[in-house]
Amino acid sequence: MDVLDVARWQFGITTVYHFLMVPLTIGLGILVVVMHTMWVRTDKPEWLRMTRFWGRIYLINFVLGVATGLVQEFQFGLAWSEYSRFVGDVFGSLLALEALLAFFLESTFLGLWIFGWGRIPKKVHLAALWAAVIGSIVSAYFIIAANSWMQHPVGVEVDDATGRPLQVDFLAVLTNNTALAAFSHAIVAALMVAGALLVGIGLWHLRKRKLAGRSPEDVDHSVWRRSVRLGGYVSLAAFLLTAVTGDWQGKLMYEQQPLKMSSAEALCETEAPASFSIFAFGKFGSNECDDVHSITVPYILSYLAHGDFSTAVPGVNELQEEYAAVYGETYPDDPSFGAKAGEPIDYTPLLAVTYWNFRLMIGMGALSAGVAAYALWSTRKGRVPTSRIGVYGALLAVAAPFVANASGWIFTEMGRQPFVVYPNPDVPVEDQVYFFTAQAVSPGISAAEVWTSLITLTLVYGALAVVELWLIGRFVRRGVTTGDGAPVPGHTPEGGPDDDVPGGSDGRRADDDVLSFAY
Amino acid sequence: MDLATLWFAAVAVLWTGFLLLEGFDFGVAALLPVLGRRPADRHLMLRSIGPLWDGNEVWLITAAGAVFAAFPGWYATWLPALYLPFVLVLFGLIIRAVAFEWRHSHHTEAWDATWTRIITAGSLIAALGVGAALGATTLGLPIDADGNRVGGAFAGLSWAALLGAAAVLGFSLVHGALFLALKVDGDVRLRARAFALRWSPVAALPLLGWAGWVHLRYGTPVTGVLWLIAALAGVVAWARIKVDAEGSAFAAWAVLLVASAATIFGAAYPVVVPSTIDAAFDVTVTDASVSDYTLTVMTWAAAVGLPVVLGYQAWTYWVFRKRLTAEPVHEQPAEAARA
Repeated sequence: MDVLDVARWQFGITTVYHFLMVPLTIGLGILVVVMHTMWVRTDKPEWLRMTRFWGRIYLINFVLGVATGLVQEFQFGLAWSEYSRFVGDVFGSLLALEALLAFFLESTFLGLWIFGWGRIPKKVHLAALWAAVIGSIVSAYFIIAANSWMQHPVGVEVDDATGRPLQVDFLAVLTNNTALAAFSHAIVAALMVAGALLVGIGLWHLRKRKLAGRSPEDVDHSVWRRSVRLGGYVSLAAFLLTAVTGDWQGKLMYEQQPLKMSSAEALCETEAPASFSIFAFGKFGSNECDDVHSITVPYILSYLAHGDFSTAVPGVNELQEEYAAVYGETYPDDPSFGAKAGEPIDYTPLLAVTYWNFRLMIGMGALSAGVAAYALWSTRKGRVPTSRIGVYGALLAVAAPFVANASGWIFTEMGRQPFVVYPNPDVPVEDQVYFFTAQAVSPGISAAEVWTSLITLTLVYGALAVVELWLIGRFVRRGVTTGDGAPVPGHTPEGGPDDDVPGGSDGRRADDDVLSFAY
Repeated sequence: MDLATLWFAAVAVLWTGFLLLEGFDFGVAALLPVLGRRPADRHLMLRSIGPLWDGNEVWLITAAGAVFAAFPGWYATWLPALYLPFVLVLFGLIIRAVAFEWRHSHHTEAWDATWTRIITAGSLIAALGVGAALGATTLGLPIDADGNRVGGAFAGLSWAALLGAAAVLGFSLVHGALFLALKVDGDVRLRARAFALRWSPVAALPLLGWAGWVHLRYGTPVTGVLWLIAALAGVVAWARIKVDAEGSAFAAWAVLLVASAATIFGAAYPVVVPSTIDAAFDVTVTDASVSDYTLTVMTWAAAVGLPVVLGYQAWTYWVFRKRLTAEPVHEQPAEAARA
């Protein structure tokens, strides 16, 4: 593999990994701040225990998101310096604003929240978490605005001297319709991740407590019950919203990147009305659309793309020719294109990747919504399900929205190849800004250097994933024990609980207590 | 002053702010095995930086982001030229970040000891890596006319890299010790004071040497004066810690860094990445900067955002201003359990 391929694998691996942490941070952050607010408003102990329990999982996960996010920022310069030079006038400022307006808010106030228990007034303490959660949402907006600019560059003109985009309208960049659609889609998808976690873990604890004969009058029973109900409703509502926002995004994509969408449908020839593909088979490997065959439902694709049942949807073969006519049959024979110089350009993204990731995203989302519906139904009117399949199935299904989120990103990123900055069709061709992925990689670095970082990061990330899963698993199994704010033996009631030091006259180690939060 | 110069100054402030703030948490973490003789001591030391390190680290993200945003030509030349050192920094920062949070998520002696060592190791790696990258940059990288590195992966490494690494580490160690002297009580405070007194004269040398070298190479009379202020601040810091004046010693040590950084950035201006191949290939503020429109947008955003950020970050420091002591309630069982 040459530098370009290794750098692409590195970007893909680190981004997908980072994006496992991000939706959980965003979604769970929103739910935890709701729990905390409910506790401050109602003073009911179950809300405090929920805040503590889910807050702890939020923190274990948060830090891994922060740590892996660092790599993302530096990677643009390290491995993609030509890209950074090309987009510098627009892209960097969004990252800098993300750091200035979101990361400071997030990290400073999260520190205050973690260490503020019992030290600062209750409402100020709650406000600190609100600030941190708002910080993560703002950060999501800036990063999605940056990504959406690559998908659909707006607010720029071509600089005649350098051929690079010059920013002329910052507001247009911030209010890019691609960004608004993608942001709303990503936020509700993040809520599905958090909802599924609450449902899976809550059901598991409810069942375990029932089988052990524990009283349903107990506070902890309410903790798990409320978690399941909250998670279930959030999941279902969020699923409906992913459909609405996804539809919006899909319709935009049919305008902005028709090849991405037609590849997702393996629609080879232009059809009017166009049929939606349910299942495809054939030789995906050749990346020739005609080698792939589909089982289809008529009319649906026209509706998804344009909102009616008759409009033509362009097929992959025709679009490939259109793009080749405008942007060239082959890459220019120029050293800046590396090994790709002079090679033919395939404007069709990898069919197997776009087609199956699109279906995986929708399928896993629907699965997750089904589990949420089951959870709500099986816990109706105070019931507790004891079905092994149902409860363990719900626990396994915690993974489903993670897969849906990852495949959604893989779809949207791989679907824009071979461009790293996709030409905006609303702009006349001669004024368009676009950039091929093959031009974007850093020219001075060696494949060995990128291999070194790829292997190092993959090994570190793998090891950290094992530890994170083990920590969360262990923490989840232990469940809530106390959490009503009462001092327990061995703890200083003021100055913050301290789980670091084993204590307690009964020999119980302080870490059995989920009150223990930090240091 | 044009906007590009203003942003050069902003980038200088952000990098200096990062070294100043993260410097003490790097230092405290690096000193864990030196000053933290008992688990309770190490725990106290970690508590002193617990609520602060993450906010401090955002200074690095913002500093790097500001370089990208205002000077993409600098970002795109600098990072690939020092590919491996920067990857090393990222590695150090990743392992230390998770260690801070995960260390107290499980409780066995081995777990605690392992993650504490990882905090120390990650902080050392990150401090040395940042120092090496900055040191190598200020005295020149082998870059060609297009701003791309010539030569292999290690072509960017030089004596200047070693000097920079020693400078950042030396500064951070004493800065961390002075922070502890100011922030905690008990044995750790006394040991931290003794450490700062003994090692500050040595620790200041690489930083002053680096700033002096950059001054001699590119400097002006103004940077000469700044260097003298830095040197004087080092002496004052030592004199103040000798009479146990922790607050003013910490402040003077901070002035040492700020004045050294001002010397370096001031002398280097307007060159942001000097080329060792040909001075004509130097990347300058003008070559590297974005359009005036983008700089104007960012100036407005920073003018509104930065004061707010400084305000609430200062407020967190104020909330956690109380001097920490190892809680006596915990001391006995802790010792018994771990002995």
